[in-house]
Amino acid sequence: MLSYIIRRLLLMVVTLFGVSIAIFLLLRIVPGNIADILFDSAGLIDPAEKKKIVADLGLDLPLPMQYAQWIGGLLRGDLGFSYVSEKPVIDEILPRIPITARLAGFAMLFSITMGVPLGVISAVRQNSGTDYGLRILSLSGLSLPSFWLGLLILMAFVHYSGTIPIYDRNASGWNWWMLQLIPAAAVGFRSAALIMRLTRSSMLEVLRQDYVRTARSKGLSDGAVTYDHALRNAVLPVITVIGVEAAFLMGGLIVTETVFNIPGVARFLVEAIRWRDYPMVQNLVMFIAFVVVTVNLLVDLAYMLVDPRIRYGS
Amino acid sequence: MKTGFWNDVAYLARRYPLGVAGAIIMTVFVLAAIFAGTVAPLDPFTTNPKASLAKPGGTYLMGADMMGRDVFSRMIHGARISLAVSIGATFLGSGLGAALGLASGYIGGMFDLLVQRVAEIMQSLPLLVMALVITASLGPSLPNTIIAIAIPLIPNVARVIRSNVLSLREMPFVEAAKATGMSEFRIAVVHVLPNTLAPLIVLATAQLGSTILTEASLSFLGLGVPEPWPSWGRMLSESAAEYVRTAPWLVIFPGLAISLIVFGTNLLGDALRDALDPRQRD
Amino acid sequence: MAPVLEVSNLSTVFHTRRGLVRAVQNVSFSVNAGETLAIVGESGCGKTITALSLLRLIPMPPGEIVSGSVKVDGTDLLKLSDAEMRRARGKQIAMIFQEPMTALNPLLTIGRQIAEMVTLHDGLGRKAARDRAVEMLNHVKIPEPERRAREYPHQMSGGMRQRAMIAMALACKPKVLVADEPTTALDVTIQAQILDLIGDLRREFGTAVVLITHDLGVVAETANRVVVMYAGRKVEEAPVGEVFANPKHPYMTGLMSSIPRVASARGLTGVDATARLTEIPGIVPPLINLPPGCAFSPRCTRSEAQCTTTLPELELKAPDHLAACWRA
Repeated sequence: MLSYIIRRLLLMVVTLFGVSIAIFLLLRIVPGNIADILFDSAGLIDPAEKKKIVADLGLDLPLPMQYAQWIGGLLRGDLGFSYVSEKPVIDEILPRIPITARLAGFAMLFSITMGVPLGVISAVRQNSGTDYGLRILSLSGLSLPSFWLGLLILMAFVHYSGTIPIYDRNASGWNWWMLQLIPAAAVGFRSAALIMRLTRSSMLEVLRQDYVRTARSKGLSDGAVTYDHALRNAVLPVITVIGVEAAFLMGGLIVTETVFNIPGVARFLVEAIRWRDYPMVQNLVMFIAFVVVTVNLLVDLAYMLVDPRIRYGS
Repeated sequence: MKTGFWNDVAYLARRYPLGVAGAIIMTVFVLAAIFAGTVAPLDPFTTNPKASLAKPGGTYLMGADMMGRDVFSRMIHGARISLAVSIGATFLGSGLGAALGLASGYIGGMFDLLVQRVAEIMQSLPLLVMALVITASLGPSLPNTIIAIAIPLIPNVARVIRSNVLSLREMPFVEAAKATGMSEFRIAVVHVLPNTLAPLIVLATAQLGSTILTEASLSFLGLGVPEPWPSWGRMLSESAAEYVRTAPWLVIFPGLAISLIVFGTNLLGDALRDALDPRQRD
Repeated sequence: MAPVLEVSNLSTVFHTRRGLVRAVQNVSFSVNAGETLAIVGESGCGKTITALSLLRLIPMPPGEIVSGSVKVDGTDLLKLSDAEMRRARGKQIAMIFQEPMTALNPLLTIGRQIAEMVTLHDGLGRKAARDRAVEMLNHVKIPEPERRAREYPHQMSGGMRQRAMIAMALACKPKVLVADEPTTALDVTIQAQILDLIGDLRREFGTAVVLITHDLGVVAETANRVVVMYAGRKVEEAPVGEVFANPKHPYMTGLMSSIPRVASARGLTGVDATARLTEIPGIVPPLINLPPGCAFSPRCTRSEAQCTTTLPELELKAPDHLAACWRA
């Protein structure tokens, strides 16, 4: 088990290394030099000034040197400076992380607490009216763009309260909860739908298994059979998807933070891209990749803890 | 008299009513996109200051935007962009992914290992993030948007096709083809490729929905297909949060169009999966 | 001695999209305490559905037990409420299944799965249930029962799992044990051990055993009585010695001559040890569309006009030997 974790950690490093090269090259095949763009947008005309910018940013160095500079800094915790705010990148990113993490956490919580039970109900009542209703609900969850769902929620809010919920760092009590949960529901609806679909099909598969029949032959009640014996097995594949979704929640976070005007990291990536703030973009992308890879590893470890067949390596 | 074709259609309609509903939804949108010029009552680009934020009804079936452009007509023309981008990206991504998966599963060895690693690297970035970065790198334009959405699709398709190929390689008919002295390349193209078609179609349909959503998200964030092309996501981006209060029709209709067509692709995708790929059935 | 298990006129059907499938029709048999009744036949003849019907484990819908009675010590299980039936399962009548690989829950320890049974029916506490589980594992001759109780199914071999399955089924000392092909999935050497184990426990606990099998070798070694099923009906019933020495139904004759050991060992009429094994041509007909006469007639070498038009009733063809055949 320990050697497995070490192998996974090494693979993680390799993957992140690959991501860093990919993102570094991608941002340097931009048509036109970054210095040109900055230069033009700043309205400067003095060529000496331009030379200075190029030298300051290290853009006159060969690409491998630039890359080494970036990664060397990254490993020391020095992420460089933002082109736009000229503040250290780390100071811009760090305070935004908890905001997005909290939103993502609530969204995952929402999607699991909705998705798993509804999926089980749908499977246990296969082909009933309830099942059809829930299946259509989950299919629509996969069809609504999350930013539109966010806008609809805002619209409902305006309709009932006359005001738009605006992100407020100092909100408290009821307001705080509303500001957390409403965007979380908008982000989590898609994952909830996906988890529900998967729980349903996984549950249907498990309910057909021999050991479920064995459990019934022992005289267990339907509830004990469904929840003690079947659900335990059915959630295994769901755990994997929860991991993948937790990482891919990022897409929903980006648009939802934009809709609700939440100053988190996800929206910040879009802003950095718009401003062509490349030090910011490449570090943010690295951060996202790191989160994704870490979550995947944690999910695999969780899987090992739940499934004795993997735990005892058969 | 019923022909064989109509009999088949009737059978499929009975067996997969939801899939047929999905196909109908998609057909309507595709037709609207193709004949946008004829179907749309007004020109999507003509501005009219007097009609700024006109309410739905009368000339402006679904109202007008800030610049007095007809929302309904813009939506119909928007179908063109959204479908062109998503279908283009799905074809491109699935095609490249399938080729890569076939090659990687068939050649194996170092090449396979390399493809696997690269796929893993690509999959460590969420679809939208990668599409955003690629757009940022290539600059916004219609073909660039298609490329930006297509590339993130590649690893998933490649993986599915690869595992399919690996199991197909062990099949008796491939062994038989080898025994007749057929070249490896011919076997791959003639025997293995057609058998990966069913999962490929299922996968591509499933991805069509997510490419439509990704295009909408990119345009919503202002990084998709540039003006003056009307796209559904862009229609929502034009300070949508403000219109939530003043002109809800500007928010409701484009979003409804996106949701409806993605719902259609999902219905069709599920039915296709059931019909073509029983292993994935739920 | 009154029989422990008395099944009479049991009929089970499945309502399918293509029509009514009569999986079990008017099947009757009884088993005494400490005895084994074998139900034999090819796959698809209704053996397993009969077994599942005894415990009311048929998925309903689409299945339905339409008539008959299943009496254990005089109590008709088919008349019990769902809750009463759940109390009877495992306590009055228990079952072991064909696939020990898949019949145990992969995520629960063996000990826990056995303990669950005794907690449920005998109201034992956690500790006592655990002790009983270990005791039962010991009883089915699993070495190191303490350690094995803490293990998961995938850590055991097939034979070991089937022993655990038997330990679980017998943990509450049920009056009736239904064993559905308990040895089919196992190696030949393990098969004999498992059969011996079932035989020993049957004698020790006085359990009435219903053994479902297609293996006539198993029948010859373990059963007291044999019921032969074909296309959902009982076509022959007799004590084991009688049925092998003197099979009445052509289906049973066919089954016997397709198996080398039985054919030669029993010196069956018309079959000599050096002759080729014969197989019964054709397959069990689909239960949805049975011919009007004897369901075996299309495959029967001795069939004549009457066989294809009129269903033969079960008749005593010899003392204590029932068969349903016009030609027997």
